[in-house]
Amino acid sequence: MTVDSAREAAEARAQSGDARVGEPEVVDSPVATQRRGGQSWVTPGVERALSVASPIVLLLIWELAARSRLIDTRFFPAPSAVFATAGTMIQSGELWSNLSVSLVRIGIGFTIGAVPAVIVGLAMGLFSPIRAIIQPVVDGTYPIPKIAVLPLFIMIFGIGEASKYAIIAVAVTYLVLINTVAGVRNIERVYLDVGSNYRAGRLMMFTDIALPGALPMILAGLKLGMGVALLVIVSAEFVGAKSGIGYLIWSSWQVFQVEKMYVGLLVSALFGFGSAIVLNYLERILVPWKVR
Amino acid sequence: MPGPANPKVRLRGVTKRFLVKRRPVDALAGIDIDIQAGEFFCIVGPSGCGKTTLLRILAGLEQHDGGTIQVARDDPAADRGNQRPLNSMVFQEQSVFPWMNVRDNVAFGLKARGFSRRDRYDVAERFIHKVGLVGFEEALPHQLSGGMKQRVSIARALANDPEMLLMDEPFAALDEQTKLILQGELLRIWEDDRKTVLYVTHSIDEAIVLADRIMIMTARPGRIKELVDVSAIFGRPRQLESVRGSPHYGELFGRIWGQLRDEVSLTGNIDA
Repeated sequence: MTVDSAREAAEARAQSGDARVGEPEVVDSPVATQRRGGQSWVTPGVERALSVASPIVLLLIWELAARSRLIDTRFFPAPSAVFATAGTMIQSGELWSNLSVSLVRIGIGFTIGAVPAVIVGLAMGLFSPIRAIIQPVVDGTYPIPKIAVLPLFIMIFGIGEASKYAIIAVAVTYLVLINTVAGVRNIERVYLDVGSNYRAGRLMMFTDIALPGALPMILAGLKLGMGVALLVIVSAEFVGAKSGIGYLIWSSWQVFQVEKMYVGLLVSALFGFGSAIVLNYLERILVPWKVR
Repeated sequence: MPGPANPKVRLRGVTKRFLVKRRPVDALAGIDIDIQAGEFFCIVGPSGCGKTTLLRILAGLEQHDGGTIQVARDDPAADRGNQRPLNSMVFQEQSVFPWMNVRDNVAFGLKARGFSRRDRYDVAERFIHKVGLVGFEEALPHQLSGGMKQRVSIARALANDPEMLLMDEPFAALDEQTKLILQGELLRIWEDDRKTVLYVTHSIDEAIVLADRIMIMTARPGRIKELVDVSAIFGRPRQLESVRGSPHYGELFGRIWGQLRDEVSLTGNIDA
């Protein structure tokens, strides 16, 4: 069968309406086999090697471009210079003192934002009157960029740590709450039927069905929340702080220590990467039935 | 309907109406039936005839719109606190909680009734043994086959020691061989205490081999088309192989299919 005749046959079948769904189309087309054969050198090992090589090559190009003055090193210092600066900052303790401050802020803010969000989200998902009361408030305030309420929070909680915890907590709360509600609402109805037929009380509906059933979505919310927490704390530290990764980035820019600024960027990237690893690990432990 | 004066379940003129796109659709149009205590009662009917709805009404998961439902308690004095539940349901789909291991799934009803961890695990252990899942107590459902999951589902219902077992096509999603094995095991387990069972199925074969009586339902709105007394032909305890090998089996199958065929072709026309 030639390619054309196969395509014609397929079209004719589709038009006549008896294109059998679910049945693999058998087309002995030379084009299809050739295309697959043309990429046969791309084994999984090769793909992995390419993935490892691409950032390294990029850094090398950057390094060479900086050394040969092809790019302006005032704005784009050579990677080697950034790493050297990072080394001295680690030794002087400057890096850790700023990083630890941000970590504590994220840790506390994230916790006081996420924990109530899970509880309220479960209640909203299970009981429609509670949802009816809270949903409009959530929908109405969610579009506000969270960082925009920082001045208000500084007014309420002062310039100290409390306002930073609050701004992170608020940013995290929305994402975790919305995901938790969606998680409960998407629980297979049959699980709730089992709970009701076996006369599970409210508490058990919460702890044994709604919470574990919504857990995959809750974890998705926590992951999003962690990303936003980093975003918010760095922005908050730009303007209202004397320490932290955001402060490091901002103050380095103001005194034009560009290498230090890059170190700040590098550290926030590493933090984002590390928190994703931790949360993925948590997911494997908590929802083994969802993770493949 | 004649029969003993005190049936386990007495339905009189039970109706149910759903709103589909704001238009009322009758699912059940007056069901009158008495089900005796200890009876294995099968309900067959075309898709959408309301047989699952009837079961869900009895399970307390839906409300009926008209008629009366009376259920006699085995022991009226026992209707208190953590005592025996009236019914427990075995669902058609995947209803075993994926986040609980086999033991906690089986013990779920007992936990809901306030049994201590130790007591409910003791009971669960017995029923895990009964359904042949010893050694899988700690396994999570995603590690089990479809047949094993339905064994868990059945053990969960039995461990709850209900007066009545409601089963909604529990084996419909299983492959043929697994189904044959589980049908045999279900009967073997049921022989131990002969609870009242209401069993919904679309399989004529399954209804014949399991049931004391078969209720054939019409297409929507569901009514009773015929009641077939299987226990008059096949006694207890039963060997499924000898039931299927009996000449009466073919006769019965033909008779039930004759009744169902008209109803199925009716719904077939509506769907097309």
